[in-house]
Amino acid sequence: MVSRRDFLKISGTAALTLAGVEKARASEEHLDPDRFGVLADFTLCIGCRSCEWACSSSHDLPHGKIKDYDDPTPMESMRRPDDKQLTVINAYDPPASSEKALTVKVNCLHCEKPACVSACIVGALEKTPQGPVTYNAWECIGCRYCMVACPFSIPAYEYDNALTPKVVKCDLCADQTLKGGAPSCVGICPTEALLYGKRSELLKVAKNRIRHSPERYINKVYGEHDAGGTSWLYLSDRDFATVDLPDVPDSSPAHVTENIQHGIFRGFSGPAMILGLLGVLIKSSGKVPPEKDLPSRNGGES
Amino acid sequence: MNEIALKQPEDASVSTATHDHHVDSVPLRGNGKVPFITRGVVVLMVLAAGALAVLAWRLAFGVGSVTNLDNNYPWGLWIGIDVATGVALAAGGFTTSFLAHILHKGKYEAVVRPALLTAMFGYTFVGLGVAIDLGRYYNIWHIFVPSMWQGNSALFEVGWCVTMYVTVLYIEFLPIVCERFKNKVNLPGPLKLLNGPLNAYLRVADRFLDKTITIFLMLGVVLSCAHQSSLGTLMVIAPTKVHPLWHTQILPLQFLLSAFAVGLSMVIFESYLASRSFKREFELDVLAPLGRLIPFLLMVYFGSKLIDMVNRGTYVYLNDGSLQSVSWLVEVIGGLFLPAFILMAHRLRRQPKWLFTAAALVVFGVALNRVNVFIIGYSPQFGHGPYVPAIPEALLTIGFISIIVLLYRSYVWVFPVLPREEGEHHA
Repeated sequence: MVSRRDFLKISGTAALTLAGVEKARASEEHLDPDRFGVLADFTLCIGCRSCEWACSSSHDLPHGKIKDYDDPTPMESMRRPDDKQLTVINAYDPPASSEKALTVKVNCLHCEKPACVSACIVGALEKTPQGPVTYNAWECIGCRYCMVACPFSIPAYEYDNALTPKVVKCDLCADQTLKGGAPSCVGICPTEALLYGKRSELLKVAKNRIRHSPERYINKVYGEHDAGGTSWLYLSDRDFATVDLPDVPDSSPAHVTENIQHGIFRGFSGPAMILGLLGVLIKSSGKVPPEKDLPSRNGGES
Repeated sequence: MNEIALKQPEDASVSTATHDHHVDSVPLRGNGKVPFITRGVVVLMVLAAGALAVLAWRLAFGVGSVTNLDNNYPWGLWIGIDVATGVALAAGGFTTSFLAHILHKGKYEAVVRPALLTAMFGYTFVGLGVAIDLGRYYNIWHIFVPSMWQGNSALFEVGWCVTMYVTVLYIEFLPIVCERFKNKVNLPGPLKLLNGPLNAYLRVADRFLDKTITIFLMLGVVLSCAHQSSLGTLMVIAPTKVHPLWHTQILPLQFLLSAFAVGLSMVIFESYLASRSFKREFELDVLAPLGRLIPFLLMVYFGSKLIDMVNRGTYVYLNDGSLQSVSWLVEVIGGLFLPAFILMAHRLRRQPKWLFTAAALVVFGVALNRVNVFIIGYSPQFGHGPYVPAIPEALLTIGFISIIVLLYRSYVWVFPVLPREEGEHHA
C-alpha cells in the first residue's frame, strides 16, 4: 500500500503541471490598451441591411445580390445570427413617444472577458489582444459549451454537418482587422451607424454623443461594462432590454466559474485534502476489528 | 465452465485482493433459478437495437438529423440525462466503496460489487453519451493534448476526471475478473493461443492489485467528489439562462451533496430490481441500514438548497405557477421530503417495498434536479418555448439505458458480483 505522503507527492506534481497551463492561458488575457472595437449607433441605422450582405460575402456564406437586401420584411421576424448569417438586422416597433422604428444589429459582441473562451474545453476560442474573439475549427471537439456559456446566445452550430460541423459566429473580420483593415460591415455602412476604431476612443465618442444630444439617447453605452465589457458598444434611444440586448451582470460570468474552479483545484488543494482525509479514515477505521455481527447470509466470517 | 465457477470462491489470495472482503460472491450462471433470456430481456434488446439505429443515423447525417437541438438549445436530453443524470446515478460506486473500504463498514461489502458494476457501465455510457453529442467526436483526444489544455473550463475538469474515473472503475473490477478466471482462462478453438498470455496477465494483475487496490479505491472517491461537483459548476457560467431557482454559485456543492444521497439510493433501487429479476432474496439487513443514512444526506442537501434560497430570496419564484416553479416543487417535495420521511420511519424502512419506493423517489428527485438545471430551467434569450427532445433522441437515451441493464445482467451471470445466497451451491 502506498502511503499518504506518496499520494501528496503525486498530486503535487500534477498541481505543478496544471499551474503551468493556467499561466499560459492567463498571459492571453492581457489585452492591448489600443485594442479596437465598433460603435453601433442604432439611432443612425436606416435598416438597409447592406452590412448583412457585406458580412456574408466576405465570409463565403450564401449572400445573393445586394439588391435582394432592400426588402425590409425579414427584419420584422426577430431573427438571430446562425450558421448562414453572422449578423442580422432586426426592426423594433416605435414606442408610443416616437415615430421611428429602431433597427438593431445583432452579432457577436466580442467580450473583453468572454465566457465562451473560458468555457471552451480545448482553447479553440481565443480572445486576441487586439479585440476579436476567434475560433479554430481544427481544435474544436464540438461540445457546444461555448453556446451555453455565451450570455448573448450568439454562437451558432452547423447541426446538419455530419462530419465537420463548426461553431459559427462573427469574427470581427479578424483576417482583415488584425492587418489594419476595417470589418466588412463597417466598411459598407452608408450612415456611420457603425464606427470602427480604438475601443477607448469609441467610448469617448459615444459619451460625447449622449452629452450633446441627451434627448436622442438613453444615458447608457451598452457594452462599456455589460458582461465585463465588450468590443462592440451600442447607443440606443430606448432601454436596451427592449431591443434584445439583455440585462447581464457587469462582471463576466467567466470570473465566477474560474474562481470556483481555481478555488477548488488551485494546487490540487481540494482533492489533496479529500485524499488526506481518506487516508486518515482508512487508517483509523482499519484498526477496528471486523464486525462480528454480520448477517449470516454474508457467510465467510473471515 | 460451471464447475469452475462453483469451485473457486474460497481462494484466500483473492479475498485479500479486494481488501478485507468478507462477502463471498458467485456468478449467477448455472444456478438454474432463472433463464438468461426472458421476455424483458428481449424487450431490452429491441430497445438497444433502436439506439444503435439512431446512432448510425446520427453518424451519417449529423446531430441535427436526430435531435431537436438548435442554436438556442445547444444541450438537450443527451447531456441532461445521459451525462448529467448518468453521472449522478452512478454515484453508488464511490459511496459504497467509501463505506465499505475506507470506513471499513464490513456489512456493506455485499453491495460494493454490484454498485461498482453499475458505476462502471454507467460511466462508460456517460462517455459514449458525450461522444455522440460531440459534433467532432473524433477530436475528443484533444482534451489530453497539453497544448490544448484549458484549465479554466469546468468541462475540462469533468472530461479529465470522468476519463480517469472510468479507468479506475475498470481497474477496481479487475480483481473480480481475476477471482473468476485467474489460471482458468479456457477459450475454445483458435483462441486457445490466448489462454496462456491471458492467464499470465491475470496473475500479474492480481499480484499488482493485491498490493495497490487501496490507491485506486481512494482515487475513485477523490475523482468522484471532484467531477460530481464540477458537473454543477458547468451551468454556473450561464447566470442569465438558468432559472434563479437553480442557478447558484453553490451548484457544485449541491451536485456533490445530492450525489451522496442518490448514490446510496441507487444501490437500494438496483438491488430490489435485481432481486426481483433474478428471483433472489432482497438483502434487507444490508440495505435497510443503508437506507437509514439517506435521510441525513438528503437533509444536508436540502439545507444547502434552503440557505441558498433564503440568501438569494428566490422563494418569490415558487408560486408564480410557471413550469419551473412546479418542477422545483415536485423535485423537492416528491423527490426529497417524501422519501426522507419514509426512510426515517423504522417500520417502513424494514419493508422492502417501502424501502424501494423511497429509494426510487430519491432517484427520481435527483434525476429531475439535473433535468431542471440542464433543460427545464434553461431559457436562453432567443429561445422560443421549451426544448422538447425529438423521438430518435429519446430512443437513443432509452436504448443506452437498456444496454447498461443487459451488460449488468451478462456480467453478474459470468462474474462473481452478487453475494452467495444461503443454501446456494456450496463449494
